[in-house]
Amino acid sequence: MATVEGSDLLAAHRAKDVLRFIACGSVDDGKSTLIGRLLYDAGALLEDQLETLAGDSRHSGSRDGDLDLSLALDGLAAEREQGITIDVAYRYFATEHRKFIVADTPGHEQYTRNMVTGASTADAAVILVDARHGVTAQTRRHTHLMALLGIGSVVLAVNKLDLLDFDRSAYDRIVAEYDAVAAPLGFEVLSEIPVSARDGDNVTAHSGRTPWYDGPTLLEWLHAAPPHHRGADGPFRMPVQWVNRPDPEFRGVSGQVVGGTVRVGDRVRVEPSGITTSVARIVTFDGDRDLAVTDESVTLVLADDVDATRGDVVCCGIDPTEAADELDVELVWMGDAPLEPGRPYTLRVGTQSVGARLATPTAELDVTTGEHRPTTALTTNGIASLQVSLDRPVAFDRYVDNPDTGGLIVTDRTTHQTVAAGMITEGRRRSAAIRWQDLDVDKDAHARLNGHRPRVVWMTGLSGAGKTTIADLVQQRLHADGVRTAVLDGDNVRHGLSRDLGFSDADRVENNRRVAEVARLMCESGLVVIVSFISPFRADRDAARAMFADDEFVEVFVDAPLEVAEARDPKGLYRRARAGELPGFTGIDAPYEAPECPDVHLDATGDAAGAAERVVAHLLATGLRAVDGR
Amino acid sequence: MPRADAHLRPSRRLTNLDLLEAEAIQIMREAVAQSERPVMLYSIGKDSTALLHLARKAFHPSPPPFPLLHVDTTWKFRDMYAFRDAAAREAGMELIVHVNPDGVARGINPFEHGSAVHTDVWKTDGLKQALDAHRFDLAFGGARRDEERSRAKERVFSVRSAGHGWDPRRQRPELWRLYDASTGPGESVRAFPLSNWTELDVWLYLHREGVPVVPLYFAAPRPVVERDGALVMVDDERLPLLPGEEPETRTVRFRTLGCYPLTGAVESTAATTLDVVEETLTSRTSERQGRVIDRDSSGSMERKKQQGYF
Repeated sequence: MATVEGSDLLAAHRAKDVLRFIACGSVDDGKSTLIGRLLYDAGALLEDQLETLAGDSRHSGSRDGDLDLSLALDGLAAEREQGITIDVAYRYFATEHRKFIVADTPGHEQYTRNMVTGASTADAAVILVDARHGVTAQTRRHTHLMALLGIGSVVLAVNKLDLLDFDRSAYDRIVAEYDAVAAPLGFEVLSEIPVSARDGDNVTAHSGRTPWYDGPTLLEWLHAAPPHHRGADGPFRMPVQWVNRPDPEFRGVSGQVVGGTVRVGDRVRVEPSGITTSVARIVTFDGDRDLAVTDESVTLVLADDVDATRGDVVCCGIDPTEAADELDVELVWMGDAPLEPGRPYTLRVGTQSVGARLATPTAELDVTTGEHRPTTALTTNGIASLQVSLDRPVAFDRYVDNPDTGGLIVTDRTTHQTVAAGMITEGRRRSAAIRWQDLDVDKDAHARLNGHRPRVVWMTGLSGAGKTTIADLVQQRLHADGVRTAVLDGDNVRHGLSRDLGFSDADRVENNRRVAEVARLMCESGLVVIVSFISPFRADRDAARAMFADDEFVEVFVDAPLEVAEARDPKGLYRRARAGELPGFTGIDAPYEAPECPDVHLDATGDAAGAAERVVAHLLATGLRAVDGR
Repeated sequence: MPRADAHLRPSRRLTNLDLLEAEAIQIMREAVAQSERPVMLYSIGKDSTALLHLARKAFHPSPPPFPLLHVDTTWKFRDMYAFRDAAAREAGMELIVHVNPDGVARGINPFEHGSAVHTDVWKTDGLKQALDAHRFDLAFGGARRDEERSRAKERVFSVRSAGHGWDPRRQRPELWRLYDASTGPGESVRAFPLSNWTELDVWLYLHREGVPVVPLYFAAPRPVVERDGALVMVDDERLPLLPGEEPETRTVRFRTLGCYPLTGAVESTAATTLDVVEETLTSRTSERQGRVIDRDSSGSMERKKQQGYF
C-alpha cells in the first residue's frame, strides 16, 4: 500500500464539504433519470446495485430493457409497482471535493408538503423542465416555493433538449421566460443549463451537441454552489436541548449552534427570560474550546448560576432573539384534516414546545403566481398567512434571518401527526395595555385563549358509585384534547378547605356552599371544573346550579344502587358505617335524594370509560367548543 | 441578518465529517430529551461503533444516559462477543443482552431453518421482546439511508405502531432540525443519527477519531469455505460442512458483520483503517452484497421493516 498517496487521498476526502440540494420536477420531466444519471456518473451506483437495476429495467423499465436509471431511485415496492413516488427520498453521492445530499421529491401539486420538507434543509435547488413544454404552472410553483423557503441558489435544468435536436432558440425562449418568473424573487444565484438526463449531455460532461452553450455542467454548477450556512453570518444562537448535569459540581447546557459564533467570555442572554450572563467554558468530548461556530454541537457552562433549561435560546447579548406569545406566520398545511381555528395544537420552534391556537387564516398564497388572495380556510398543501397565539412567550427570529429559530412545526395533540410547517414573519407580546386595562379579562376572553367555554360538571351519587374514577377519566380525556380542567373532590376538600366542618346538616350545607363558590371562581377563570361530590340534597345542588349560567352547569347523576356501592366499598366506609362508627353516612342512616332530571344520567354499574365518554360527548354537544372566532 | 463585521469574525470551516458528527449529536440529544426510556441498539459492527462513540461525545461529561441493548442470535462471530463486552465497559454503560428464549428452545439456526426464519426469530422477534420487556419508548439504531433503496425515505425519527410495525403513511415530515419524538399509546420511536452518513463517511470518521473496530473488518488469514459464491468463515464447529467442502485459509476481511454463517467475506489485503478507506473508495460493489438476507428479492428489506425488523 502506498501510504503517502493514501494519506493524501484520505486528507482530500476528510476535507470535503457538503452541499444539500433539492431536485424539483416530475417523473415526466425526467427527474428520476437525472438524479440516477448523477449517481451513475459519480460512481455511486455499484456493481451489485447495477445488476439489480438491470433486472428491474428488463422487468418494469420504460426503455425496452436498456438501463433505466430512474429505477435506481424508487425505494418502496408499492410505489415502484404503481410507478409513482409519494414522499421525500434522500440520495447520496460524492466527488473528491464535495459530498452531495439530494432531497428527491415528487413534483405534483398535491405534494407541496413534500417539497417544502425537502427544501427546508436544502442549500440549493435544481428545477427541471421538459424542453418540449417549457415553463409550466408547475415550474412557477416550484420556483415560488424555493423562494418561500429561502433557498439561495437555483438552477433550471432544461431537459430532453435532445428531443428538440438541441435547438438553441427553443432553449433561449425558455431561459427568457424563466428569468421573468425567477429574477424578481431575489435568489443569490440563478442559472439555466441545457441537459439531456437520458444521454448525459451537460450533466457531468460538456456536451458536443450544445456548442452554443459555454456555461457549467450541472455537476460543475453543484460544485460551485455556496453551501448556505444558515444563520452563520448572523448573531449567536443556541437553542438548549438538554441540561448536562453529571454531578453537583458541573452544570452545562447542551445544544447545537444555529447562528453566529460564541467565544469564552462572551456576554450572552437567555431568552425568553432575558437573563444576562457570560460563557465560562465551551465543553466538548475532545477538550475545552475557546470558540464554537454555527452547526457545531457543544456544551456551554454559563458564568452565573443561571437557570437555563431545554427550550431556552442562549444568544448574543447585544443582538438577542425576540420573545413573543403571538406570532404572524406563513403556514404550509400538511395535515389530512383542514385547519381548525381555535383548537389547541402543539407548536415546536427551536427546542421549545408550546400550546398554540391558530386563528382563522386571512390570506392564502397562490404559489403559481406568488400572490396572496383572501381566504378563511386552509387545507392540505395550502399555504396561508395567519396569527398564532401561544400559551407562553417563546424566543424566535424572523425566518428570513434564521430558519432554525424562525421555522416551526405544528402537531396534533391526539394523533401526534405534524399538521403544518411555518415560517415566522413577525411576533409580538399580547399587549398588557390592551388586554389588561382597557378590556376586562372576562369569561369570553378566557374562552378565546383556551379554545373552549368554562363548565362545571357536578357529579353527584353515593359513596362508592364511581364518581372519582369517572371524574379522573373525564379529566384525562379533556386534557388530552387541550381542555383546561380542575377536579374538586369531596374527600380532598374535607382535608383542606372544609377541614373545620363535620357531618351535621348545617356543616354539609356549608361544605356544599364552599365547593360551589370555589367552582365558580375556577369557572370564571375559564376552567372546566369537575366536581366529584356526594351532595345528597337536591336543594344544595339547586343552590349550586343557581350560581352559574344555564349552559355552564352540568349535573351528572352517577347512579349506582346502594347494594352495588356498598359491595364495592373502596374505602371501607360502608363497613364502618354499618358498625356504627360513621353516624349520618349517606345511604345508611342519612338520605340520598336522587336528581329528578339530571343533564347526564350514568348507569354506574357498567364501564367507567364508557360513562366518561358520555360526559365528554355531552359537553361537546352542548357548545364546549363554541368560541367566538377572532 | 448578516452583520457588517461578519467578515472580521472568527470562523472555522466545518467539513462533511464535522457536520455529520454535529448533526448526529443533535439528533441524540433531541431523542433523549423527548423520550422517557431510551436505549441504544448495539450490534457490534462499525456503524454501532460509530454510534456509540458519538453518544459518548453527545453527553460528555455525563455518560450516555441510556443502556446498550444487544439482541443476540447466538451465531455472531466469536470476536464480536469479546469486542462487545469490552466496548460497553470502556463507555461505562449498562449492557443488556437479549436472546429470544423461543429461539433457544427451538434451536433455531440458519442451516436447518433457513436465513429468513433465522432472522425472524432471533432478530425481529427478539428485538420486539426486548423492547416490550423493558418498556423502551425510543431505540437508537445505526441504519443509514444509503444502505438500501427502501431506506432512502426512512425518517431520522421513525414511528412504530404498538406491534412495532412500520407504516409509511404514519411517518412524520421532518423539517429543518425539528424532530418530533412524541408518541401515542403503545407507539415507539426508532432514531437513526447516522441517516445521512455513507459507508465511506463511517470509515473516514472512525479513522479520524481513532476508534477501534472488531478486527474482522481487517484482512487476516482465516479458515473459509466457498458456498453459493460467498466465502463463509468457519468460526466454530457448528458450521456443518457440505460434501466436498474443505476449509482453506485465505486472506479475507468483512465489510459488514452479522451472523457468521450468513456473512460473506471478501478477499482483501486491507489490514488497517486507512487500507479499508482506500478499498471502499475504489470498490465496485456495495457492502450489502455480503448479506444473504437482502438478496432474496429486491423489496425484501421493506417487507422485513413492516414486520418490525430494525
